[in-house]
Amino acid sequence: MKRQTRLQLAMVVLLLVAVGACAKKTPPVARPAPPPATGATAVPTPPLPPEPVSEPVPVPPMPEEDEIGSRSLDDLNRESPLQPAFFAYDASEVTPAAQAALQANAAILRKYPTWQVTIEGHCDERGTAEYNLALGERRALTARDYLISLGIAADRLRTVSYGKEFPFEPGSNEGAWAKNRRAHFVITAR
Amino acid sequence: MMFHRRLHLVLAPLAASAVLVVSAQQPPPAAPAPRQQSQIEISLTGDAGAPPRLAVPDFLAPSDDPEAQEMARTIAQVLWDDLQFEREFYMIPRDTYRTIPAAPSLGEAPFDRWRELGADGLVVGSVSKTGNTVRVEMRLLNVRGRQQIYAREYSGSAANPRLYAHTMADELHQSQRALRGVARTRLAFSSDRNRERVAGPIDNREVKEIYVADYDGANQRRITVNRSLNIMPSWSPDGRSLVYTSYRRGYPELLISNIFQGTLETPLGDRGQSMLGVFSPDGTRIAFASNRDGNSEIYVMNRDGSGLRRLTTHPGADITPTWSPTGTQIAFTSDRTGSPQVWIIGADGLNLRRLTYESYADRATWSPAPYNEIAFAARTGPGFDIKIYNLAEGQTRQITFGEGTNESPAWSPNGRHLAFTSTRAGRTQIFSIDRDGRNLRQLTREGNNFTPHWSQ
Repeated sequence: MKRQTRLQLAMVVLLLVAVGACAKKTPPVARPAPPPATGATAVPTPPLPPEPVSEPVPVPPMPEEDEIGSRSLDDLNRESPLQPAFFAYDASEVTPAAQAALQANAAILRKYPTWQVTIEGHCDERGTAEYNLALGERRALTARDYLISLGIAADRLRTVSYGKEFPFEPGSNEGAWAKNRRAHFVITAR
Repeated sequence: MMFHRRLHLVLAPLAASAVLVVSAQQPPPAAPAPRQQSQIEISLTGDAGAPPRLAVPDFLAPSDDPEAQEMARTIAQVLWDDLQFEREFYMIPRDTYRTIPAAPSLGEAPFDRWRELGADGLVVGSVSKTGNTVRVEMRLLNVRGRQQIYAREYSGSAANPRLYAHTMADELHQSQRALRGVARTRLAFSSDRNRERVAGPIDNREVKEIYVADYDGANQRRITVNRSLNIMPSWSPDGRSLVYTSYRRGYPELLISNIFQGTLETPLGDRGQSMLGVFSPDGTRIAFASNRDGNSEIYVMNRDGSGLRRLTTHPGADITPTWSPTGTQIAFTSDRTGSPQVWIIGADGLNLRRLTYESYADRATWSPAPYNEIAFAARTGPGFDIKIYNLAEGQTRQITFGEGTNESPAWSPNGRHLAFTSTRAGRTQIFSIDRDGRNLRQLTREGNNFTPHWSQ
């Protein structure tokens, strides 16, 4: 089963590389990176032929939650179950959409009570490098306060501001800016 | 204008002392200059109050050593650039006197040809090399009086010929114009030019490392090697250390790098997050921003981390401190009124006041004497421009005008120039500009470069 998944993934990676080679405009996310250990769902792949494989040791199917819980930290963060909370321009208030994201994150953090996270505050490129460190910090702290208000223990939540140093989307347009104004969640311990 | 007029007043006594310097420092070889002070004064001022017109032909290299000949050319070109930078002399373009024959020796310039060109002064020199040691001579000649008015001699390593030119420029500015030049100062900044990636789960994060360069952008050299985010460097006044903000442990903390010893200090140890450190003018203290008490506030500590003291107390963000030239006040950015503005507070935490009323202002930098000005980046449209607030007059002027976005100004130690970042040439690069908005020079070209700071 595992080997098969690997094979499938290798195909996916090959496909990705091929796609990446012709489509130069793909954002850095599509860079040929080490394959995620489990299901690369975002990529359209040919369905696997349902070929029965003889398995010497039958592995009991794992429930999905445990499957998430068993992933390595790096893998978890590459395809994080925790959603970013986005902010309005030059603001750090939690919008209704951000509330929904943070509530979903709180549910996951309740499900995995050993997880610890760092909340990164990020800004778009339109402010100054220096002041954006303060703005990013306030965004991270606002997200943290909201999670605490939902019952998540404060000692599980660290914050760090990256200002405008690490944009998620390059580009100088509203689409990129909106993606870069965020509180981003990184799982640091599980 | 004001500046020139003032300089004229100080010139007469200075000209007298220049002669003394020459005779004291170079007794045997130089033909002693006749002490006719009036003549020297004329040579220094040029025509009718105009700046003296100077020429710097290639230095002589009497030997056939190609390295010495290359040094002779480099030194003359760099010296011309250094003198041009302060705008105290009218520098005659070098290609207009390529045809004037080199003098056989330093004493015998073809003065008629130089007079014809309109030169008031002539800087000549020679380079001789023995093994790895070079000897460089420089003389300033008064073209009208056909006499030497200043001379220096240097010897040392052949490793960095530009340093000889920088030293000469600083000494010429000091002796002839009573000006503290900046030719031997350096810039520190942060750059992503290495294109290395930060280790971690998010692929597209590029490291930034701290670099230093000469004031003119030459000799760029990397200082940090920790492959994380290293930003906002600030020089110690002795030019031997840099304090900067590093994320090497996953959160921002102040590090002090002693660049000649290659040692590192962590003044705050594990005591919370800290950023944007700046050395006090005497080098004994560091002002910085930290969220250790809940949100970003301004703190001051001794260089070794002792004596920590909080200066601001407000739920708004207080960030980006800068010292006044005497170390008694600190300007910083606060958004306590809603938008980021520059404020001033005493280093004792008293006398808080607001300075700017812009839509958005950040990164104050306080000019040294004799000026009393604070430069900052102000939002002027989609991007930022550099503005300067004159504390005596209470007036603000603008020196960049919407070409790209212009941020992070830093004064030169003589208060006549600013380094800043601009996107006017495409990517984010470091430029220098004079306090009147003239003399723009691009100093970096590789990768993106940020948050310059000028050494003392």
